[in-house]
Amino acid sequence: MTALAGTGTLTRLALRRDRLTLPVWALVTGGLVASGPGSLGGLYDTAAARAELAASMTANSSMRSLYGPVFSDSLGGLVAWRFGTFGAVLAAVASLIVVVRHTREEEETGRQELLSAGAVGRRAPLTSALLAALVLNTAVALLVFAGLAGQGAAGALALALAIGGTGMVFATVAALAAQFTESARLAKGIAGGALGLAFVLRAAGDSGDASGGSALTWLSPVGWAESVRAYGDERWWVLPLIAAAVAAQTALAYGLAARRDVGASFLATRPGPAAGRLATAGALALRLQRGALLGWGAGFLLGGLVFGGMAEGAADLVGDNEKAREIFERMGGQTALTDAFLATMVSLFGMLAALYAVGAVLRAHTEETSGRAEPLLAGSLGRLRWAAGHLVPAFGGAALILLAAGLGLALGFGGSYGPVLGAALAQLPAVWTLAGVATLLWGALPRAAGAGWAAAGLCLALGWIGPALNLPRAVLNVSPFAHLPKLPGPEPTWTPLLALTALAAALTAAGLAGLRRRDLQV
Amino acid sequence: MTNAISVTGLHKSFGRTHALDGLDLTVATGEVHGFLGPNGAGKSTTIRVLLGLLRADSGAVELLGGDPWADAVALHRRLAYVPGDVTLWRNLSGGEVIDLYGRLRGTGLDRARRAELIERFELDPTKKGRTYSKGNRQKVALVAAFASDAELLVLDEPTSGLDPLMEEVFQDCVREARDRGRTVLLSSHILSEVETLCDRVSIVRKGRTVETGSLAQLRHLTRTSVTAELAGPPGDLDRLAGVHDLRVEGRRVRLQVDTDKLDPVLAALLTAGVRSLTSTPPTLEELFLRHYADTEVAS
Repeated sequence: MTALAGTGTLTRLALRRDRLTLPVWALVTGGLVASGPGSLGGLYDTAAARAELAASMTANSSMRSLYGPVFSDSLGGLVAWRFGTFGAVLAAVASLIVVVRHTREEEETGRQELLSAGAVGRRAPLTSALLAALVLNTAVALLVFAGLAGQGAAGALALALAIGGTGMVFATVAALAAQFTESARLAKGIAGGALGLAFVLRAAGDSGDASGGSALTWLSPVGWAESVRAYGDERWWVLPLIAAAVAAQTALAYGLAARRDVGASFLATRPGPAAGRLATAGALALRLQRGALLGWGAGFLLGGLVFGGMAEGAADLVGDNEKAREIFERMGGQTALTDAFLATMVSLFGMLAALYAVGAVLRAHTEETSGRAEPLLAGSLGRLRWAAGHLVPAFGGAALILLAAGLGLALGFGGSYGPVLGAALAQLPAVWTLAGVATLLWGALPRAAGAGWAAAGLCLALGWIGPALNLPRAVLNVSPFAHLPKLPGPEPTWTPLLALTALAAALTAAGLAGLRRRDLQV
Repeated sequence: MTNAISVTGLHKSFGRTHALDGLDLTVATGEVHGFLGPNGAGKSTTIRVLLGLLRADSGAVELLGGDPWADAVALHRRLAYVPGDVTLWRNLSGGEVIDLYGRLRGTGLDRARRAELIERFELDPTKKGRTYSKGNRQKVALVAAFASDAELLVLDEPTSGLDPLMEEVFQDCVREARDRGRTVLLSSHILSEVETLCDRVSIVRKGRTVETGSLAQLRHLTRTSVTAELAGPPGDLDRLAGVHDLRVEGRRVRLQVDTDKLDPVLAALLTAGVRSLTSTPPTLEELFLRHYADTEVAS
């Protein structure tokens, strides 16, 4: 097996390099799901309360599009419903990052060349990356199983395998994406786009079909995890299907990897122009961020179209179930249910746009630490002007992609252009606040700049699963999104919008002041 | 004597770019072989084909008696590689990386030799990858390579970023490797390094080998500079074959002569009576400038 020579050493290298990030990902993902029985158990402590919740949630198409149908009103069943999709998506994100990091990123930086000059088989790098992802997903699955075993071992096992399995599906999607492009960033983008598409397909399928058996759901790997129906009538035969998808994608990735040179890819890098027109820091930053902006914009437009199309039916299915209304309002809805559905979707896009904005701000940090900013700043370019070049695509780009989402929603819904576009833009103050937090971290505490991601991730988690957990208002209020008016709806309240915009401006200014004073990270 | 590396008619294209266009390279076992050529000539591509990182389009390639693509793993246990631009992992220390490279070769490193080399290269193995300077990153790969006791050292511009003292240490290490019977393929732009270390050199240009041989052989093909102080008038030197750039200032004569046409020129000078004479063999620089600057590939 010379093709696999060195796999053990490379796997140990991967685990050593990720000695911090892998445990954090596993604890956050597995721990979140494992905490489910505690948080949901306190909230719905009688069988009657749980049955009512299950019935109302399954009847509600917009809730189904976020979480899928409820397959069992046992406590375990509610945990699987509420946290299953979220856990599977988190495991998928972590897995695709890990796999690209240990395959394409190693080739892109040139580190793989020196490794492959050792007694390292041609299949070893990909194998070790997949093994690292397997370690991560096994840890997640063990945590899920441990946390839920008290609710019934069979259901716990089914949910653990479904979540870990989804992680491995996207680990192998990332392994494929890494064969097609020379850029690790783009490989992550492709794999992340596949995950987004899988989520949207599942959401569209579940929105239209309360049984969870829609063809669209079956097209989506995220839907497979749900179709295992942990704590419902566990359908064990779905697990071999997931395993088969992992095996097929692994085989395909190996086949592609064997047919290319180290460092090369199937999508060839095209030659660029012989002379350039880039003349300013802003033009350069826009050029660097262009791809991400276009990708996010296209994804938001598409997602908006799909969710907009589902809005019409949202009001019919909730009916007059009081409990459903109550939860739905806590999710961000108004009494007008179609508006509430659109408001929920707009808020979801807002939280995702914060991820874009934080990524765009921290791109400047990457430029700095990689040394690429050094020659620019050694020229006649001031720090503030350079930083502004990156902040404009971050803050302005967030507005553009939110407009794309709003346009998609309105087109899909077939009207209400003004209110929906306005609602999308009303997310901006909160998005900008998180971008401001990232700017402050980068400017004042550059070593902790990565915490900007954690802030955006925390707000996403609070917004996605916080309301249904009856978390104290003070905790939910940590997220700037909690202060936004629910739009579209009645007249917007302007005070929080203005206050958050002012806060974002203050955070950004403080970050820039810190950037001016500190040493460059070179 | 067997050959450690034997390449004939190697072709490799990337899309429409022909990186290698029938390259030949022979490195005998036990020699230090210089591998020279202008930027983009195909040196690194050749080395990557030799390492089995790139697959040759056509041509015969033999490395340590094996096929570098099919037998990559087995062959890599017997060689060590240093690239011109070493990239390290931000959160691993230099010492960790050195041991990693050793383990990946499958043979591990000689601890005593590793410690000695770290001492000689003045490397701090406890620092993390992100804190090393260019030269220090280079040293990490050099220590790992020289501590490995591999049969073949493949060095691709290994000293970029090293200071002159470390350059000296590097040259000592290469000599010691040769004395222990190791083979070295050294791609370099530092001509003094090549001149002091290499037994034979190959010069490549646009993906082809344009010259190969010992330095003495290569010099033979080029011009020698002669400066002489004569007793009488020099006569018609420029009518002699192989004389170039003749300059006469009174009785002082300066000229360049094709090295294989030296005899008649010296005879002519002797006829005039020689008071003093300096003759300088062509420097490697001149040799290269001629090849690098040629618009036509020499046949």
